[in-house]
Amino acid sequence: MKTGISTGKSAKVSLNGAAEARVSAEWSLINRIKKHKASYVLVAPYFILFFTFTVLPVIMSMALSFTNFNVLEPPKFIGWGNYIRLFLNDDIFRIAIKNTLIFAVVTGPISYMMCLLFAWIINEFKGKLRAFITLIFYAPSISGNAYVVWNLILRGDKYGILNGILLRLDLIDQEKIWMKTEKYVLMFLIIVQLWLSLGTGFLTFIAGLQTIDRTLYEAAAIDGIKNRWQELWYVTLPSMRPQLLFGAVMQITQSFAVADISINLAGNPSVNYAGATIVTHLMDYGSIRYEMGYASAIANVLFILMVGSNKVVQRMIRKVGT
Amino acid sequence: MIRAYGDKKTHKKILKSRVALNRSMAGNVTLFIFMGICGMFMAIPLVFVVSNAFKPLDELFRYPPRLFPRHPSLDNFADLKVLMANSWVPFSRYILNTVIITGGGTLGHVIFASMAAYPLAKHDFPGRNLLFNIVVLSLMFTWQVTQVPNYLIISKLGINNTYWAVILPAFSYGLGLYLMKQFMEQIPDSIIESARLDGAGEYRIYWSIIMPNVKPAWLTLAVLQFQTMWGNTGSQFLRDEQLKPLQYALLQIVNSGPARQGAAAVVTLIIAAIPITFFIICQSSIIETMTTSGMKE
Repeated sequence: MKTGISTGKSAKVSLNGAAEARVSAEWSLINRIKKHKASYVLVAPYFILFFTFTVLPVIMSMALSFTNFNVLEPPKFIGWGNYIRLFLNDDIFRIAIKNTLIFAVVTGPISYMMCLLFAWIINEFKGKLRAFITLIFYAPSISGNAYVVWNLILRGDKYGILNGILLRLDLIDQEKIWMKTEKYVLMFLIIVQLWLSLGTGFLTFIAGLQTIDRTLYEAAAIDGIKNRWQELWYVTLPSMRPQLLFGAVMQITQSFAVADISINLAGNPSVNYAGATIVTHLMDYGSIRYEMGYASAIANVLFILMVGSNKVVQRMIRKVGT
Repeated sequence: MIRAYGDKKTHKKILKSRVALNRSMAGNVTLFIFMGICGMFMAIPLVFVVSNAFKPLDELFRYPPRLFPRHPSLDNFADLKVLMANSWVPFSRYILNTVIITGGGTLGHVIFASMAAYPLAKHDFPGRNLLFNIVVLSLMFTWQVTQVPNYLIISKLGINNTYWAVILPAFSYGLGLYLMKQFMEQIPDSIIESARLDGAGEYRIYWSIIMPNVKPAWLTLAVLQFQTMWGNTGSQFLRDEQLKPLQYALLQIVNSGPARQGAAAVVTLIIAAIPITFFIICQSSIIETMTTSGMKE
């Protein structure tokens, strides 16, 4: 069994060159498909389920975005109506987009760098200590909705931990209602989001660092790599490029899809929509007002935003180590 | 990849000398202090989760709040026990449901996703890039709006209100496939080629060459998927109380208001502790793979 492109030779002799090329192309495609029977058998179980439970629902909800659908009655087709309404007379959507972009631009890169930096530092430690540090850093993101503990910290009355500390230190003279004051909301959401962000990407980087072939480092040391920074840039990062690309997709989707923490800490709708993001806006229409068509339109806009930014970021990461 | 320095001893020596070459003591100390400070920031809220579970009610509402309980007590646990005893179906039933849903969903996903990832990473079959790109794109779609279509599909298949409604979709999450494929890309082709020359079939190669080589990857995936499944209340598809997982029952307690604050504090601890425990178990085997260096032939 050979990998690589097989050139199936067509046995047919034809006078017409183009037709011959087409026939031989078809012929070789069929040949290649036959040759790779094992590949198809291996991917089949996953992809059958994937198309049923992921692709199909996504296509359905993309189609719903062109309808008026309240979940109870059958959807009514209204063309671009939802999109026109979304961009021309939905002021809150503008706030949501602005907040989401702030979130993405701030938490995306910072959390990505944090994942990489901490994973790399942890890799320098050994044994039990290393396991312990990994756990401490990973724990916030694994512990379900332990972030509701931030509600205790940010509570607006004297029982709030942050208020308690600041009052004790005389930094404020009366308690502040943090999550109900417009200028603080986004800042705290970003802090909590960063606290939570050492998740999938972080763990993947840690595993990725372990699969790097150690002989590369020895070779590098002989070739005159002097310190850990050079080692990082010339050896470590290029050898974990697949994980870096994966981590980027994860951090992008995470920072664009911020919703749960906003709803749990700032409420939905939040005060003057200070904590509104595209997804909270979508949930407002989807699960509160039951305007599913409109919610689907919002989801499609978010999808396009994510795909676009992902393209840009993937291009940047391919330059690493050069 | 053949080790440049034949036997283990020289290899170890070289490694040691490498550490001496490129690592400054000052740098290590700085790193240590830096990690300590960041670790504190990460850990404080979790310390609260743990200590709140042991605080008697009066300390839960104390001003100013304390990090550690003054008179630690197990009252909250007793309170939770009473609540459990009065639950709709026996609590052991919730636990069994969670084992089935979380266990099944995690195991199935790791196997299915890694099976599909191997050809995507290493075989050049027609349609490979298309399949892979669809998976990556699917990660960027907001799941909140696919819930209604999902419900329709699951009803049509007639698996509504069964474990399958929660487990089957979980087999085919996009994340696992993408993650496994990225790791499998790093396996040198030479290993696979030489296995083929030895007469191993593709299924054999997947099982006895690829999977052992990406052990850190599938253990990581198991941790991530376990966490996702554990957080899944399944309330969308599971109508019968006797099918619902533990997470659902626990969240009922958390949301039952101030009178139950004590029990809720314990529940928050349990919800956080279970995935963490699973992570610790997997983590130790991830570290074991550390001791074998990279890819060997």
